Amino acid sequence: MRRYFGRKLLVYGLTFFMAVTVNWLVPRLMPGDPVASMLARARVAQPEAQEALRVYYNNLFGFDLPWWQQYLNSWGSLFRGDFGISLWAFPTPVADLLTRAVPYSLALLIPSILISWVVGNRLGALAARRKILDNTVLPVSYVLTATPYLWLAALMAWAFGIVWGIFPVAGGYSFSITPSFTWDFFLDLAWHWLLPFASLFLVALGGWAIGMRNVIIYELESDYANYLSALGAPQRLIRRYAFRNAVLPQITGLALQLGVLVAGALVTEIVFSYPGLGSLILAAIQNKDFFLLQGAFLFIVLGVLIANFIIDVVYVIVDPRTRVGMAGASA
Amino acid sequence: MRTEALYFAVRNTKLLVGAGIILVLLGIGVIGPFFIDKAPTEYVGMQMQPPGGEFWLGTNTFGQDLWAQFVHGLRTTFLVGALGGGIAAAIGMVVGFVAGYKGGWVDEILNMLTNIILVLPTLAVLFILNAYLGVRSAGMQALFIGLTQWPWAARSIRAQTFSLRGRDFVDLARLSGVGSGRIIMREIAPNMSSYLLLTFILLFGGSILIASSLDFIGLGPTDAVSLGLMLQQAHQWSAMHLGLWWWFIPPGAGITLIVGALYVANVGLDEVFNPKLREL
Repeated sequence: MRRYFGRKLLVYGLTFFMAVTVNWLVPRLMPGDPVASMLARARVAQPEAQEALRVYYNNLFGFDLPWWQQYLNSWGSLFRGDFGISLWAFPTPVADLLTRAVPYSLALLIPSILISWVVGNRLGALAARRKILDNTVLPVSYVLTATPYLWLAALMAWAFGIVWGIFPVAGGYSFSITPSFTWDFFLDLAWHWLLPFASLFLVALGGWAIGMRNVIIYELESDYANYLSALGAPQRLIRRYAFRNAVLPQITGLALQLGVLVAGALVTEIVFSYPGLGSLILAAIQNKDFFLLQGAFLFIVLGVLIANFIIDVVYVIVDPRTRVGMAGASA
Repeated sequence: MRTEALYFAVRNTKLLVGAGIILVLLGIGVIGPFFIDKAPTEYVGMQMQPPGGEFWLGTNTFGQDLWAQFVHGLRTTFLVGALGGGIAAAIGMVVGFVAGYKGGWVDEILNMLTNIILVLPTLAVLFILNAYLGVRSAGMQALFIGLTQWPWAARSIRAQTFSLRGRDFVDLARLSGVGSGRIIMREIAPNMSSYLLLTFILLFGGSILIASSLDFIGLGPTDAVSLGLMLQQAHQWSAMHLGLWWWFIPPGAGITLIVGALYVANVGLDEVFNPKLREL
């Protein structure tokens, strides 16, 4: 088990190291000068003022230092939790903007991932080897998993929000309400949350159902399933054993899909103007606020790595083989 | 073998339907632009026209012809999917074959690299790369997508190679002094050719979905029209609130159709190649 976690943590550590390095390297390698483009954005006519701004920005990026010192400094400020100052929401620190947005993103992501995983697995397990159910669940699942997150979100916002006018289509809560710990505010929050959650849930659902169906069919053909049915065990029991085995690759699949799910949540937030990380990233891109964009990137990487580690822990709890150091999950 | 695959292929409805949809859309994307003499971004007519008449898919708030955009967008979307999926498949194959066949420390290093990129949320990486790249082409977008999407393909190809490399015919080839590269190309790859094709198809579809997300967030190609860019513009100019459903429904439906048809064709192909899955 120690070897298993050691290997995993090594991969995560290296991934984080690489992410920070890429984050530091890209602005310095890409064509074009970020300082120049920010100066252009500031639209300052006076040459003296422009020079002063250039010095200020160069200091901010630390472009006047030797490269290795810039690199070490970037790690230093990272450990101090300093992601720089947002240019779009000047002078708010990027870290503040991000920590304000993260709860909204998590509130969308965690329920939609978990519920779609559980429901999708149940659905797929039910559908496997059952003609009628299989012929309905499978095509629907394929359509759902082929749908771009942003398009389903747009369709739902349009249908439920604008044509029928049942749900709000923008924001995390109504503009007429001030955030407070009241029942009204909470209801309003939930009301705004429901559509983005539902669209994320639906797209993710399809993939889990397809995956589980395929694994269950494979498990039902295995020796232990044949042996059980030869002994005359009821079909329900065999399916239950098959399900428990089939859950393992689906847990691994969850870890592999995290990046895609997070990406889906980001674009869904944009469609609904939901005040999470996705909307911040959009603002950062539109306003060329590179500090904010890079801060958001590191936040996402960190979040995905933490989630991966949690899934690893769950895997060890669920699969006893990893605990005694027998094969099981590969690193 | 070939004729057998063909025999089952023409009798597999999933494959036929999937391939049919893709061919029709591909045909529209390839041939269509030749019948439209105006650029897709040109202001051609009345603003906010519903579909019908002169403009098959209507016009947007600027009076641009949405059918022209759709046709050109299909072309870009196929291009990005094929190129991005192709690059990812090529890298995945090289890494997977070498890691699986060589084993040892080569495998250790390649496997570590694969795992690192596998846990990295690649779309976020693409945001950073594309945001700093002021001018973006569709080819550049495909290249970046290909460079980040190969890990799972490499992982599964490595596993397959691993199981093939201990077979007798591979040992025989090695005994007769054939080089590693030749063994991979002549002995191992042909034995999993169907699997490689399926991998490419999945990467193709995945690339299209990723490209649409990138386009939507405002990091699409700056020199072309794509289905994702149509969605981005529709959102940016609040087509939803203006009731211009013909602006955002066709491009999204196009993406869903292409990717869905790819997945369904993939399942069909799997059944064609794998006798265990055939329904007789």
